[in-house]
Amino acid sequence: MSDLIRKTAAELAELMTSGQASSVEITQAHLDRIAAVDADVHAFLHIDTEGALAQAAAVDTRRAAGEELAPLAGVPLALKDVLTQEGIPTTAGSKILEGWKPPYDSTMVKRLKAAGIVILGKTNMDEFAMGSSTENSAYGTTHNPWDLGRIPGGSGGGSSAALAAYEAPLAIGTDTGGSIRQPGAFTGTVGVKPTYGGTSRYGLIALASSLDTPGPCARTTLDAALLHEAIAGYDPMDSTSIDQPVPAVVAAARNGDVAGLRVGVVKELGGEGYQPGVEARFHEAVELLTKLGAEVVEVSCPHFQYALPAYYLILPSEASSNLAKFDAMRYGLRVGDDGTNSAEKVMNLTREAGFGAEVKRRIMLGTHALSSGYYDAYYGQAQKVRTLIARDFENAYHQVDVLVSPATPTTAFAIGDRIDDPIAMYKNDLCTIPSNLAGNAAASFPCGLADEDNMPVGFHVMAPVLRDDLCYTVGAALESALAEQWGGVLMTKAPELEVTR
Amino acid sequence: MTADVLEIDDALAQYDPVMGLEVHVELNTKSKMFCGCPTEFGAPPNTQTCPVCLGLPGALPVVNRRGVESAIKIGLALNCEIAEWCRFARKNYFYPDMPKNFQTSQYDEPIAYNGWTEVVVDGETYRIEIERAHMEEDTGKSTHVGGATGRIHGASHSLVDYNRAGIPLIEIVTKTIEVPGEKAAAVARAYVSMLRDLLLALGVSDVRMDQGSLRCDANVSLKPSGSTVLGTRTETKNVNSFRSVERAVTYEITRQAAVLSAGGKVLQETRHWHEDTGITTSGREKSDAEDYRYFPEPDLVPVAPSREWVEEIRASLPEAPSLRRVRLQEEWGFTDLEMRDVINGNALELIVTTVDLGVSPAAAKKWWLGELARAANESGKDLGELGISPTDVSNVQARVDKGELNDKLARQVFDGLLKGEGTIDEIIAARGLALVSDDSALIEAIDRAIAANPDVVEKVNSGKPAAAGALIGAVMKDMRGQADAAKVRELLNAKLGI
Amino acid sequence: MPSITREEVAHLARLARIELTDDELDHLAPQLDQIITWVGQVSQVAADDIPPTSHALPLTNVMRADENVPCLTPEQALSGAPAAEEQRFRVPRILEED
Ligand SMILES: [Zn+2]
Repeated sequence: MSDLIRKTAAELAELMTSGQASSVEITQAHLDRIAAVDADVHAFLHIDTEGALAQAAAVDTRRAAGEELAPLAGVPLALKDVLTQEGIPTTAGSKILEGWKPPYDSTMVKRLKAAGIVILGKTNMDEFAMGSSTENSAYGTTHNPWDLGRIPGGSGGGSSAALAAYEAPLAIGTDTGGSIRQPGAFTGTVGVKPTYGGTSRYGLIALASSLDTPGPCARTTLDAALLHEAIAGYDPMDSTSIDQPVPAVVAAARNGDVAGLRVGVVKELGGEGYQPGVEARFHEAVELLTKLGAEVVEVSCPHFQYALPAYYLILPSEASSNLAKFDAMRYGLRVGDDGTNSAEKVMNLTREAGFGAEVKRRIMLGTHALSSGYYDAYYGQAQKVRTLIARDFENAYHQVDVLVSPATPTTAFAIGDRIDDPIAMYKNDLCTIPSNLAGNAAASFPCGLADEDNMPVGFHVMAPVLRDDLCYTVGAALESALAEQWGGVLMTKAPELEVTR
Repeated sequence: MTADVLEIDDALAQYDPVMGLEVHVELNTKSKMFCGCPTEFGAPPNTQTCPVCLGLPGALPVVNRRGVESAIKIGLALNCEIAEWCRFARKNYFYPDMPKNFQTSQYDEPIAYNGWTEVVVDGETYRIEIERAHMEEDTGKSTHVGGATGRIHGASHSLVDYNRAGIPLIEIVTKTIEVPGEKAAAVARAYVSMLRDLLLALGVSDVRMDQGSLRCDANVSLKPSGSTVLGTRTETKNVNSFRSVERAVTYEITRQAAVLSAGGKVLQETRHWHEDTGITTSGREKSDAEDYRYFPEPDLVPVAPSREWVEEIRASLPEAPSLRRVRLQEEWGFTDLEMRDVINGNALELIVTTVDLGVSPAAAKKWWLGELARAANESGKDLGELGISPTDVSNVQARVDKGELNDKLARQVFDGLLKGEGTIDEIIAARGLALVSDDSALIEAIDRAIAANPDVVEKVNSGKPAAAGALIGAVMKDMRGQADAAKVRELLNAKLGI
Repeated sequence: MPSITREEVAHLARLARIELTDDELDHLAPQLDQIITWVGQVSQVAADDIPPTSHALPLTNVMRADENVPCLTPEQALSGAPAAEEQRFRVPRILEED
């Protein structure tokens, strides 16, 4: 096995700049790894071997010609299958989009290409990003590389599993309620949800427009920051994009100094329902930050308890409307067009056949919540709760610089465990959802393994709007202190995957 | 069996109509409301689309600033308040020509609201209250295949072109209009026609009704004469010409009156207007009433037009056509009836220009609505297409004012111009139209007239000076019209000592 | 009393254009009932004087100039179409057969 796949993105970039490895070699090493292990992990829905190698060769050529290249030029990446890439199948994990090849690049893909980052393929996800386990993918579940019997988290389980399986050093996820951070926590990797509007949504197949945020996934804090810098920034194609400079995330990741930083532990995110091993690792990490000079206090955010129900009104409402376009008229699946059925009947049959159970459940819920007579009680009231949650954050940030909590109440659970208990499944996102509702930056960093199951635990950092850099400051401090204890990042403790080829 | 419709007079004897009008106007922006695609009419199918207006997964809208500006213009011209803060909303319903299966529109926060305007019908001014004007987007266009002549009924399938999808629309909604029943249909027509003029004057739309860029839905209900209880209303869709607006409203009044007077109930429904047969038919609504599930469009941010911007736009507005007419009528001293003739004759702009060239309003009106209107009528042309310019009228009238021509000769000059006989001078020379201003020639002619009409002279001398008119006529005839009648009267009076 | 009946769920399915099977309705109706009761707790939060938040960040007036940008070619536009004819999207009859 090539040791290129064990390198961080920063290390790979260095190997290329110093001429010790080419992008084609690095890309090929990762394609080989995918071929060797992905039958078991199933992180990828589509592998673009040809395209990736061509992109890699182009970077090598430009480098040979002495061109000034972006920091991550030539480094391979796994792209969540919810972002459009021209000519490459894009399904959002749904049967209804099977075989669809978008005629345009998302802003994300444009920026990746401009940075010379090599796109290996598209990663598995819960259908339309609805889920916390990838079990809702129409194309099969992704397996957690730490324990193939467990889920990798979701919805971006494919992206995080690809990192943990060393199939890619970098990945892109999208976070609507925790879909970057929760899989990051479950796979012992880093996942960052930037400030809403900090990364463009143009070309991101919408789940809940007011919550969706694309962001970087990596095995180290610095890699995540380098990717963050490459993809973030104002996009005139997205009306909700913020026209301000990207926070200095790379500098923060390199610096990682928490001395004097005021850290608030959210009182409401812990206790009953939280796995003891998760709480133990979380509290140890908080103590570590104290040792590093952070000032830790407890902070109360009383309305966080309503975040989950408010989220499960706002998300389905927006999703029910966003998913209306999948109607068999212009693209994607068409069922029942036998020459006699009407357009309406064909729409009904297609949506019945093309959507999975969770998608239907949420479309129905959203349709109900927006119905006349219910709007004020449900959607309207949820939007008010959103204001209250934003105010909780605001009040907290008067006292502290960042808030922290476990990223998830439990570690990764067994495949099939919560599949028909929607509310139990929804509770996975208890800690991550408030930041989606308020739009602030948040991230999950590995902080150890739970004693009960030896599965990774995520440390959750929530920073104010446009202070994404503070997440990286805390993440980097924690990462280097823990690496000192462990003799390397958490991922080095992951079990070897059996190579099947 | 009861009649399908009552006679309009019978209908209005029993019921008072109440109307509401919703007009959709396509703006003439270069690009669509939420994307940069062109808006050209008649382009080959699906050549003016992009991920946004095709509703492709992942695409996002961005608001066209000129679309907002046009909406504010229209709002201001209709005396509306302009919202300090408003949002777009999604109107959710499924239809194959709607790419996202929701229309991006505005719901309870329109950009303009609470306005009014006025229309004139038969010299009466009617005030029409405007409920709101809001921004939205158009849908694609379906062609129906396999049925009779492109009708949706009986078609085997349809073909959709999304070039039109996303073109900016402004929907202008009136409050209920209650005017004397016999005026209702004419007021509806006058309102739509006034809107057309207004939108043209504002420069925000081409208002090509033949291309569907102005479309009207007419709501009509009846209440028993003198009652205040509103009846059930129907909404007649796609009434797309001024004449049809008048006909459709009249038809609905007579149809609903027939239903009610036979003891029936008017159904709340959408009805379709049929231009060819002049009737409306039921739209056969589904039993599951539509529930549009409006909510604020999360892909767009609020529009909060600054007061400075609004005032800038207000300052740039042309004078409202209705106000301009009132001003001109006053300046020109025309009666309501005269003004109506001017407007109906499409002579307003021609008279404005003619008056600007120094011609008196009365003279300008006399030519444009007299000799020239007659010529236009005979040739089936519009006044503006005759080939006679306001400058021509001004030049002819100048000669009349100087006494070189009289009205009769001037008419001959216009005749020559219309027949393409050359310049005014050439026509006067060729036709020999100059007035005789030589006193001795006139005196000779007067002498001849007196000699030939002793009985008339007798009458004048016996105290009936009005009889002298016959002598003037004789002189003019003798001079073959080429004399100034006033001059002849002056000389004749001197001769007869009156 | 359930917060949503099976009939209401069937109505929602028609609004949302999903041809649910009877089995699905049987399964979904109680699930939705449970979820709706659970999310309904937001109505217990006293928030009468609280303004709703529809966007995480208070941006306003994001507008673009009225300028044209290149379109898709008709081939690209129609590339995903389940059926096309005469450079248009072919869709089933819009009205039900009489
Ligand atoms: Zn477009």
